[in-house]
Amino acid sequence: MKPRVLVVDDDSALAEMLGIVLRSDGFDPSFVSDGTGALAAFHDTKPDVVLLDLMLPGMSGLDVCRAIRAESGTPIIMLTAKSDTIDVVLGLESGADDYVVKPFKPKELVARMRARLRHHEDVASETLSIGPAESPVSIDVPAHQVTRDGSPINLTPLEFDLLVALARKPRQVFTREVLLEQVWGYRHAADTRLVNVHVQRLRSKVERDPERPEVVLTVRGVGYKAGPP
Amino acid sequence: MIGPRTTARPDVNGKAPDSPQLEVRAIPAPPDEPEPPEESDSSSRSAGAGGAVVTQARRVGAQVRQLLEVVGARAARGGRTIRRAWQHSLQLRVGATTLVVTGIGVLLIGIFLVNQISAGVLRAKRTAAVLQATAGLDTVRRVFADVSPGDIPSQNAAVTSAQSQLAATGSQAGLFTITIESANTSVSAGFQNSPDIPKSLRTLVQDNNLAIEYAPIPQPNGSTDQTVPGLIVGEPVTTQNGVFELYYLFPLSAEADTIALVQRTVLLSGIGLVLFVAAISLLVTRQVVRPVRVAAKTAERLAAGDLAQRIPVRGTDDIARLGESFNAMAGSLQRQIRRLEELSRLQRRFTSDVSHELRTPLTTIRMAGELLHSQRDAFPPELARSAELLQAELDRFEALLADLLEISRYDAGVAHLEMDVTDLSAVAASAIDASQVLAERQASEIILHAPAQPVPVAMDARRVERILRNLLGNALDHCESRPVVVTIAADDHSAAVTVRDSGVGLRAGEAGLVFNRFWRGDPSRSRLTGGTGLGLAISLEDARLHGGWLQAWGERGVGAQFRLTLPRRAGDELSSSPLPLEPDAMVDVPGSTS
Repeated sequence: MKPRVLVVDDDSALAEMLGIVLRSDGFDPSFVSDGTGALAAFHDTKPDVVLLDLMLPGMSGLDVCRAIRAESGTPIIMLTAKSDTIDVVLGLESGADDYVVKPFKPKELVARMRARLRHHEDVASETLSIGPAESPVSIDVPAHQVTRDGSPINLTPLEFDLLVALARKPRQVFTREVLLEQVWGYRHAADTRLVNVHVQRLRSKVERDPERPEVVLTVRGVGYKAGPP
Repeated sequence: MIGPRTTARPDVNGKAPDSPQLEVRAIPAPPDEPEPPEESDSSSRSAGAGGAVVTQARRVGAQVRQLLEVVGARAARGGRTIRRAWQHSLQLRVGATTLVVTGIGVLLIGIFLVNQISAGVLRAKRTAAVLQATAGLDTVRRVFADVSPGDIPSQNAAVTSAQSQLAATGSQAGLFTITIESANTSVSAGFQNSPDIPKSLRTLVQDNNLAIEYAPIPQPNGSTDQTVPGLIVGEPVTTQNGVFELYYLFPLSAEADTIALVQRTVLLSGIGLVLFVAAISLLVTRQVVRPVRVAAKTAERLAAGDLAQRIPVRGTDDIARLGESFNAMAGSLQRQIRRLEELSRLQRRFTSDVSHELRTPLTTIRMAGELLHSQRDAFPPELARSAELLQAELDRFEALLADLLEISRYDAGVAHLEMDVTDLSAVAASAIDASQVLAERQASEIILHAPAQPVPVAMDARRVERILRNLLGNALDHCESRPVVVTIAADDHSAAVTVRDSGVGLRAGEAGLVFNRFWRGDPSRSRLTGGTGLGLAISLEDARLHGGWLQAWGERGVGAQFRLTLPRRAGDELSSSPLPLEPDAMVDVPGSTS
């Protein structure tokens, strides 16, 4: 079954061109051209991934992003014309998993999408545990479930992947570049802001006190590592 | 000026006998009016009351001078603190200057006043004294007329009689004492209680002159060991028994008191006046300085960015006008800055809008181009080549657009750093990796000399890598297939990377031009790597944003070297670079790997 893609973009030429490219790459795209209709279209089509232009008439892309993220962990890839830190970080903080800056190459976009649609079917029963001994974070990898002190933690697929990547090698320090490659699928060094923003989002969900992290630790000047189990 | 003086009126008696004679001669009548004593006499002996007055005035002057010297010496000792206060406070400076200038002026005026008053007082006394002496001459002659020569007792009686008669005549010149002397010691031996008459005066009188001298005299009615300032008028009296010297001793205590009073008054009122003027000057300066200080403070706040600061203006005087002009200036400044801020905001929005508006269609074109490019094998050759050119030029267009937007971001001042401590060698290695394709195309190679240990530097790695990629691209563009050498070194405060090529190099003066936008070393030379012409300009801005240096060196036919120096800690000021800009002095870094 072809993966479904919801394209939210007000530029009809770009939308049509995206349609041509996506179809030829084996996706099943549907389109919506303004922010207000985006959420309804999301409910109708139940896409596997959302391509979202940040500048939209009606509801802004950031609001659409937040609205979708509020009810679903569906991967969202921003299409942005602005590569300025403030715009990118705002988008990522609104819940976007990744972003591509216009003008992007079709191959680059498809690679980003495939990285987000990657499945982990190969994993047999695997349970990981990280964080302080008195209150560890347990991860049931095949079930995509994370619990702490018996209560489930709701993570997006990306946050889950990030946590699993760190938890599988508890003593190893991951540089941002390595994480970009393992979690986001970037071959070449890309924007490390992606990692920073998502580590913060992850911390806000799994840490007892995000100001003093115990589960995802920062190694100054190098990167991140999982806290001791 | 009045000085101590001995004035002689020569030839009162027409002749000057050198010894007392026993015959009484006729003495010509003295002139009706005694001439006033010579004022031009300037003998400067300092005996007498007038002399004392002047001496006192001089002493006061000397004391003031001494005081000023002491103040000066203290100021010098006070050293830097006072000098700083002096330089910083207009009020202090004006106050002190006024004090000194007024002090000197008042001192001069005071000395002049005291001199004038003393001279006036003494001149009146003198005139009266001379009149008295002249008037008394007849009386004395009469008394001595009856005395036969050689009759010492009657002579003495005559002296006593003359004394009492003269004293009885009263005086318009005030109290006085009479002393009669004779050069003949046998005669004068019988005189009693004769006070010391100065020798110089006696000499003059013995020479048959009417003479005047200021000298201390015994107190008229008191103990004799106490002296008071006095005026002595001496005149010769020629009798049958010889020439007697008749001296009038006028005490000047009243005059001295008057002069002392005048001095005290002048001194006190002078000091008062100086202090008063100094206080006024302080007050006036304060009135001027206060608004100036307010203006300075307001200007400081303005400079610090608080553009709404204004000076409160009261009244319509000059100070108020200063305030008004200042406020007008601040207002105009504020408007200008607002306008510029507005322009800058518009520029930023324009940049952002252009970014979005241009990039969306470019994305569509790009995707269409990709699609055509991927299908080019199915096209006839012309169409296939067109698709390739479209693709290549789209890359260039995109790079140019990205660079333009980056530059406009610097121009708008909105570029900022994502600082993190990163290994400079790793960043350089990454930039070299990214440039390998270009190096192969240029048939060149990139050699890296880096220290074995990591070189952690606080930087925005994305920007630093972009700088290095730009430098490498530029070097590979001009290397003429010779190797490009990248060297890294660091010291405690800074880290540096040099990128050296041995290609065409730079002409004299071009090292400063290479960072200009769209600058081309040789216009006839085509760009092999298709750079946008903005790479080095952006790199320079990136380096500046880090507080670092980006410099170029080049020599025609030898090659060029670019050096990037960064402070290791964010915010540090660079003072030197661990690598030389000119490669001739380059030393191999020990422990380096290539």
